[in-house]
Amino acid sequence: MAAAYNLARWLVHNEADAEDIVQEAYLRAFKFFSGYYGGDTRAWLLTIVRNTSYTWLQQNRALRLADPIEDKLDEVGLDFADPEILLLQSVDSQIVRHALQELPVEFREVVVLREMEALSYKEIANVVDIPIGTVMSRLKRGRKRLHGLLANLMGKGAGNELPGNARIDSRLSRR
Amino acid sequence: MSCQETRELIHGYLDGELDLLKSIEIEEHLKDCHVCTQTSKGIRSLRSAIGDTALRFEPPANFERRLRSALRRESELEPKPTILRWRWILAGTSLIAAVFVIWALAGIFARQSTGDLVAQEIVSSHVRSLMADHLTDVLSSDQHTVKPWFNGKLDFSPPVKDLSQQGFSLNGGRLDYIDNRPVAALVYQRRQHSINLFIWPSTEALAVTEKASVHQGYNLIRWTNAGMTYWVVSDLNLAELQQFVQLLQEQSQARL
Repeated sequence: MAAAYNLARWLVHNEADAEDIVQEAYLRAFKFFSGYYGGDTRAWLLTIVRNTSYTWLQQNRALRLADPIEDKLDEVGLDFADPEILLLQSVDSQIVRHALQELPVEFREVVVLREMEALSYKEIANVVDIPIGTVMSRLKRGRKRLHGLLANLMGKGAGNELPGNARIDSRLSRR
Repeated sequence: MSCQETRELIHGYLDGELDLLKSIEIEEHLKDCHVCTQTSKGIRSLRSAIGDTALRFEPPANFERRLRSALRRESELEPKPTILRWRWILAGTSLIAAVFVIWALAGIFARQSTGDLVAQEIVSSHVRSLMADHLTDVLSSDQHTVKPWFNGKLDFSPPVKDLSQQGFSLNGGRLDYIDNRPVAALVYQRRQHSINLFIWPSTEALAVTEKASVHQGYNLIRWTNAGMTYWVVSDLNLAELQQFVQLLQEQSQARL
């Protein structure tokens, strides 16, 4: 139940809505238990929570998917080689939380399922209904973006303008 | 393994999703490549930062209780399972009823057929006794000769009545084998008609009153009395045979 709530809460950003979604997901799971053909009940339940959350996001026009132009930047973006970010251990969890909330939902969901719920690629593939290869590339891009977002936030927090974009631009020009 | 390949696979490696061979290749590469090692460290620290339990959203304290009551409400409102249950109960009941009816019918038929089988045996024995000229083992009209003759030959003592004064003369007796057991057969004579009376201990709990039937032109009457089963068979007409039965029953009652 905690996993279901955590996922819903990360997907819809709202406590009351997350509760509604978990409740609806449980009722759906209860009604359609006959449609459950074995396997991990937790992953199965998370699938229902995820789909219910997406329905809610679509109904509330809050579904903000990643901008395909930004994807191009991902490919050539930061490679975690920033020593500043290596000190993440000491980073305030509020900043990490903020960065994760900024992440487009299709990356956010795989990161939450992987890092918080410790699901395997195969389980994530089942929950999100994408191939395993896509799970890995989404995780890769999601982590890179998150890294960039953290760099930005920490840069702002520290008061000095060191946006990741500047570095990305410099790399682009170098290529 | 090149840096390009490592960059492609490093996430899978750190998530423990790569096969052993690829994992070893990446480890080999990380030993020599400073940039990729930095990348690896960066991803690890990012992962541990997100995996921080402080980032998890915990459900409100009373949420689980509310969820349970919502589920309970739903399961009470849900009419489907009740209908299903009733349907099963109905199906089960009718199945049991059907089985019972079949069992009862089978029992009736079985009883009828064993009755028929015994009647068939009685008639066969009667016919055989007349054909083979083996009507009697003990030839005597004296009931006090016939009755003791069965001693040691049967595990019961058949009642032997003398009805010669009423026109049914005792001719004798013999051993026979009916319904899977040795039985006493008493032979009476009425004019030119031979009457075979078969007697053996009754297996039926309740006394059976007279039942008359006709097999292959022979009249049969069966009854039970005082723990004995009686079958009488003859080509004599039914009215006189019934009179014979009547006399036998009166005699045994007179003795009591």
